[in-house]
Amino acid sequence: MSSGIFAALIRDTGGSVRSDGPDVDSDAAGDEASDAEPRVRTDGGTVVDGAGERSGSADAEPSLRSRFRRSRFLESIPFWGPPGVLVLFFVYGAIGWNFVISLTGWEGLGSPDYSSLSTEMYTQLLADSSFHAAFQNTLVLLFAFTVLSLVVGLLLAILVDQKIRLENTFRTIYLLPMSLSFVVTAIFWSWMYNPSNGLINELLRAIGLDALTQAWLSDPQFKLAAIIFALMWQFSGYCMVVYLAGLRAIPESQYEAARIDGASTTRLYWRVIIPQLRASTMSAAVVLVVFALKAFDFLFVLFGVNPGQSADILSVMMYRVAFDRVQWAYGSAVAMVLFAMALGVIGPYLYLQYRRGEL
Amino acid sequence: MSAADRARSAATGLDRSRVALYLVLLAMVAFYLAPLESGLMTAFKTPEGFRTTTPFALPPIGEFTVSAWGMAFERLSSGLLNSAMMAVPATVLSALFGSLAAYGLTNLSWRGQIGVLMLFVAGVFIPYQAVLVPLTQFWSFVDLGGRIPLAFVDEYQGLINLGITHVAYGIPICTVLFRSYYATIDEDMLEAARLDGASAATIYRRIVLPLSVPIFAVTLIYQFTQIWNDLLFAIVLVSDPSNQVVTVALNQLQGSFVQQFNLQMAGAFVAALPTLVVYVLFGEQFAKGVAGET
Repeated sequence: MSSGIFAALIRDTGGSVRSDGPDVDSDAAGDEASDAEPRVRTDGGTVVDGAGERSGSADAEPSLRSRFRRSRFLESIPFWGPPGVLVLFFVYGAIGWNFVISLTGWEGLGSPDYSSLSTEMYTQLLADSSFHAAFQNTLVLLFAFTVLSLVVGLLLAILVDQKIRLENTFRTIYLLPMSLSFVVTAIFWSWMYNPSNGLINELLRAIGLDALTQAWLSDPQFKLAAIIFALMWQFSGYCMVVYLAGLRAIPESQYEAARIDGASTTRLYWRVIIPQLRASTMSAAVVLVVFALKAFDFLFVLFGVNPGQSADILSVMMYRVAFDRVQWAYGSAVAMVLFAMALGVIGPYLYLQYRRGEL
Repeated sequence: MSAADRARSAATGLDRSRVALYLVLLAMVAFYLAPLESGLMTAFKTPEGFRTTTPFALPPIGEFTVSAWGMAFERLSSGLLNSAMMAVPATVLSALFGSLAAYGLTNLSWRGQIGVLMLFVAGVFIPYQAVLVPLTQFWSFVDLGGRIPLAFVDEYQGLINLGITHVAYGIPICTVLFRSYYATIDEDMLEAARLDGASAATIYRRIVLPLSVPIFAVTLIYQFTQIWNDLLFAIVLVSDPSNQVVTVALNQLQGSFVQQFNLQMAGAFVAALPTLVVYVLFGEQFAKGVAGET
């Protein structure tokens, strides 16, 4: 049963709850849409918003409706209010607080001195060569990891989409690493990469490629690549899930049409199918990039707070500076850089989603 | 070539490509399972065994042992208990808050709710590093144990702080998951109840909540895995060793038994066991939770 359910995007899966066909999705998906055409109609008919407003308050109906609306706002507060307060405080309040801390010179024991604020920490950052290295590694990691995971995930999704037997089993296995803690996967991969007994080197020796065996996790040349590969192992299954949902949303008729035209399978996917997966690619890429920015657990388990200059990334640097060297303000400044980078990705993404009414 | 021949050769060509397809699929299975399989085999070997055999090979006779498992379990048992005590309530609470928020921001429509919703959604993507320093400041300032004179609060202060933190940071993703589901609930049905005089709370309790069972399953499973697996918040917020969660305990185990790979692997499996069980039983729900993040 699950392959059918799994086929569609998550919001399409609630078939049992909705009464009237697939068009509900496009209506209910965005509030922009529902503002223009209220989903709730007090009289059961179609009420055109603009018309009511034009006729002014003399008309009893719009004022009744707006009062109704206002009362729904009040009614709704008890539901989103308490979680909203938690989010507002813990997410946005904390980020604001973090920014203020980054403007103090706070380090060591004691409390921050909020009376003298300056951008001193950011000036220091710009001159800090370890920040440059970590910044560069972060960019390499997020780019290589994202592209690699997307490519592998797409290939997996296409393979799994070939009406195979045991589809569920294959899919479950590919996604399995995603359910594991980074502490667990880091321990597995430190064993995989072990220079003398690890599986990677053992396999290379077994096929006569002794020359390629490396001390993967201690050689500065290969460290970052080894991390990227292991993270790809963990996240490509996620990309497969996203792409599979995208593939299943493409109507069967397009495959048939391309076949009738005599297009080869490669051509079919390259020209017809993959271009339609842009939305899947974008949303998966956002999640991957944001993850790459905050990736910490995996590196921390492998290297502690000092991965060395060749594998240091901003999220690890932030932890090292703040919690190991207790330079709180400096660590907060590194964290603000991370936040700004994440904002640079999710800001445009959320705006686009909003514009397309898919929020 | 006759038509029948052509059909046959097409069929064998097809068969060949099907075989190739399955071979690739199986190779990928090997790729995804290799680290786990090697780990599992290693966990059952003596040090002599894992030094002299290939990681994925079965333990040779005489080099088989379960002692690593016993020791790993002993080392991690208090961490397992702490993780469970913290993760289960935190999961339930964040799912409940997510459900409430999604209902208030989806099924009760009002002008401007999209703006509030945006704030929730953006919270999914926040790098936790951006809140770590204020969080430690906040929790040391709040000092629950010092303010609430209850033995329970004092004893588990670190876990309570960690749990509340996880609830707060879990709300955004839970809201997103519930929202995409609640957007599919038939509005006419809710409207009919409203016209019958049912309040928003009654509609939530009587109609929306009973319909939410599948999405609750998805959210609870996904969120439990996330909270159980976290390391960063736990190392930053919990300083008391008796409050240590299992990921932190596992990391310490790994750091203090550097060359004992059988112990490390056994420890990794012990710590991962609850999430593995949940995944094997509810893989479908987990997949939906993962997909909902987009």
